[in-house]
Amino acid sequence: MSVLINKNTRLVVQGITGNEGLFHTRQMAAYGTNVVAGMTPGKGGEWVDEKIPVFDSVKLAVEATGANCSVIFVPARFAPDSIFEAADAGIPLIICITEGIAVQDMMRVRNYIDQKKVRLIGPNCPGLLTPGESKVGIIPGNIAIPGNVGVVSRSGTLTYEVLYALKLVGMGASTCVGIGGDPINGTNFIDVLEMFEHDPQTEKVVMIGEIGGTDEDKAAEYIASKMTKPVVSFIAGQTAPPGKRMGHAGAIIEGGAGSAADKVKALEAAGVKVAKHPEEIPSLLK
Amino acid sequence: MKLHEYQSKQIFAKYGIPIPKGRVAATASEAKAIAEELGGRVVIKSQVLVGGRGKAGGVKLAKDADEAEQLAAQILAMEIKGLPVRKVLVDEAAAIESEIYFSITNDRAARKPVMIASAAGGVEIEEVAAKTPEKIIKVHIDPLLGLRDYQARDIAASIDLPREYWKDFNKIATGLWQVYSQTDATLAEINPLVITKDKRLIALDGKMMIDDNALFRHADLAEMRDVDEEAPAETEARKYGLSYIKLDGDIGCMVNGAGLAMTSMDIVKLFGGEPANFLDIGGGAGSDKVAAAMKIILSDSNVKAVLFNIFGGITRCDEVARGILVAMDEVKPKVPMVVRLVGTNAEEGRKLLADAKMITAETLADAAKKAVAAAKGKK
Repeated sequence: MSVLINKNTRLVVQGITGNEGLFHTRQMAAYGTNVVAGMTPGKGGEWVDEKIPVFDSVKLAVEATGANCSVIFVPARFAPDSIFEAADAGIPLIICITEGIAVQDMMRVRNYIDQKKVRLIGPNCPGLLTPGESKVGIIPGNIAIPGNVGVVSRSGTLTYEVLYALKLVGMGASTCVGIGGDPINGTNFIDVLEMFEHDPQTEKVVMIGEIGGTDEDKAAEYIASKMTKPVVSFIAGQTAPPGKRMGHAGAIIEGGAGSAADKVKALEAAGVKVAKHPEEIPSLLK
Repeated sequence: MKLHEYQSKQIFAKYGIPIPKGRVAATASEAKAIAEELGGRVVIKSQVLVGGRGKAGGVKLAKDADEAEQLAAQILAMEIKGLPVRKVLVDEAAAIESEIYFSITNDRAARKPVMIASAAGGVEIEEVAAKTPEKIIKVHIDPLLGLRDYQARDIAASIDLPREYWKDFNKIATGLWQVYSQTDATLAEINPLVITKDKRLIALDGKMMIDDNALFRHADLAEMRDVDEEAPAETEARKYGLSYIKLDGDIGCMVNGAGLAMTSMDIVKLFGGEPANFLDIGGGAGSDKVAAAMKIILSDSNVKAVLFNIFGGITRCDEVARGILVAMDEVKPKVPMVVRLVGTNAEEGRKLLADAKMITAETLADAAKKAVAAAKGKK
C-alpha cells in the first residue's frame, strides 16, 4: 500500500513538450510511472518518444486515455490556469511542480478547488514518490528504496537529503509527499499525516518543516491528539536571520509565531523526536 | 518589493483614497518651494524603506516654509537604521481628531486576504494587538468574489466609526481592496487613517509591498523599485532570479532550494562555522545562473571558504558544474571550495569538476565540517 499514487496511477503531463516537462517525463516513464498522455496547447496530435500521445487540452487527454492524475511543468504565469484546467477536466489529483506563482493567484486557485473536492499537491514542490512503483514529479528515483517510512515535507531538495540518508542505512519509504514551500498551497501537513496514519504500509513518519507560518504547530496538535505512529521531524532555518517584516499587519496576523525554536518546542511537546540535522533522522527512527 | 510612503500614497490616490496634498523633494530648497505652495504648515517625512522613522527623528512638523527648508536639510543629512535619507515627502499638515488603523494583507493560514481595522490607530498598533486583541477587527475576503459592501459597513460599525463617515469609509475600503487586488500587493496599509477636525477621512501614511512573483504583469510598479535601498549584491542576484541574503559569517554557501539552503547554514553553524550568506539558486538553474551566483558569493570579501551543496532534482548537477567552471575561469578564486553533488546527473557533474581543485564531500555533515575546517585554514 501507499498513499496518493501507485502503479495504477494514470498520469497526464501538462507542459510535456517544454524543457523540464520533457526531461522529467522521460525520468518518470523510466521509473515505471504509467505516463498515459501529455498536454501542450497547439501540439495536439504529436507524440513524445513515439509512445506518449500529446493533446491540446487536459479534457481531451482525459477522454482519450482515462488519465486520473496530472503533473504540471508550466511557467509560473501560466500555471494557475493549468491547475484550473485540470480541476475542470475532472482530474482528482493534481501535482504542481512550478515555483514562483503569485500569491493572489494561488489564493484564487485554492478557494476554487476547495469547492471541487480536488486534491492539489504543491505548487513549488518536488511531487510524489512511491518507491518501486511510481513517481510523479522530480524526486530522483534512485535516492529512495521501498519501505515503511512515510515522508512529508515542505521543502524540495531537503526531502532528497532525507530519503538519501534513509537509503544509506537501508531504510525505505512507503510514499514521499512534497507539499511545497509556498505560503498558499493545496495540501498541508495534517492532510498527509492523516493519510499515513491510515496507510497499513506506513509504520513511522518523517515530517520536514521550515520556518514561517503555523502549519508545523497545527501538525503538532494533530500528532498529539490523533496519531498512533511515531513521528520524527526536522525544522530548517534554525539559524536563519529574522524574516523581512510585513508592516504591522504581518505581526498582527502571525503574532510572534513561525520561528524554528517555537516549532521545535511545539513538536517536542507532542512527543515528536526532532533531529538536529537531516542525517540524524535515521537513527531517531530506530 | 517594498514601496516608499509617497509611492504607496500615489497608488492610493489613483484608487480614490484621499491623501494629503504634497510632493516629494530631494533637496531642502525643493522642500521649501513645496511648503510655500501648500501654505506653510507642513510635515517633512523621510522616505526610507524601514519602519520607525518617526521615533528616529525622521518625521518633523514645520510651521512655515523657512522652517520646512531647515528641517528638510536636517532630515536629508540623516541615516535611519543604516539607510541614508535621499528623499523627503512634504505634506500639508492635518489637524487630527482621531486615528484609525486600516490595512489588507494575506492571511496564509486562512488562505484568504484579510482586512484589519482598529479605532486605536497609530504607531502603537502592534502593542494594541498584543494586549487588547478585541480592539482589532479582522474580516476575511473571498478572493473569488472580492470585498462585499456589507463587509465594509461591518468594519465601520465594528470600529465604532460615527455613521456620518460610513459612506466615505466605504469608498476607502473599496479603494483599498482595489489597490490590493489590482497591484498584487501582499500588504497595503493605512496607518493612520485620520478623521480631521474639519471632518474628513484622509490616509495620512501609507505602506505597500508588492508580490515579486507578480511583477511580470505590473511593468509600471516594477519601475518603482528603489535599488538605492538595497545592497548591490542583492540587486545583482535579483537580476538572475537568485535569492541572496548577505550575512556576517565567512563561509559562502550556494545551495539549490530554500529549505536545503537554510539547512546547510544550520549545519555550518552546528559544526562551529558562520555562514556568509543565504543563497538559493532555485530549481532548474542553468550554468549562467550558477556562474552569476558564484561571482556574487566571491564578491563578499569576508568569504574564506565556499560550500556548494547541490542535490539535483529538477536542477541538473552537470549544469551546476559547468557554471562553477565558467565562474572559476573568470574570477580565479583564491579561497578553498567544498563541493557536494548528489541526485540528477551527479556523476556527469563530478566528472566535469574532477580536474578543478575542489574539496569533495559525500554527506551534508561531511561537507559542512570540511567547509568549516577550510575557512579556519585547516585541510
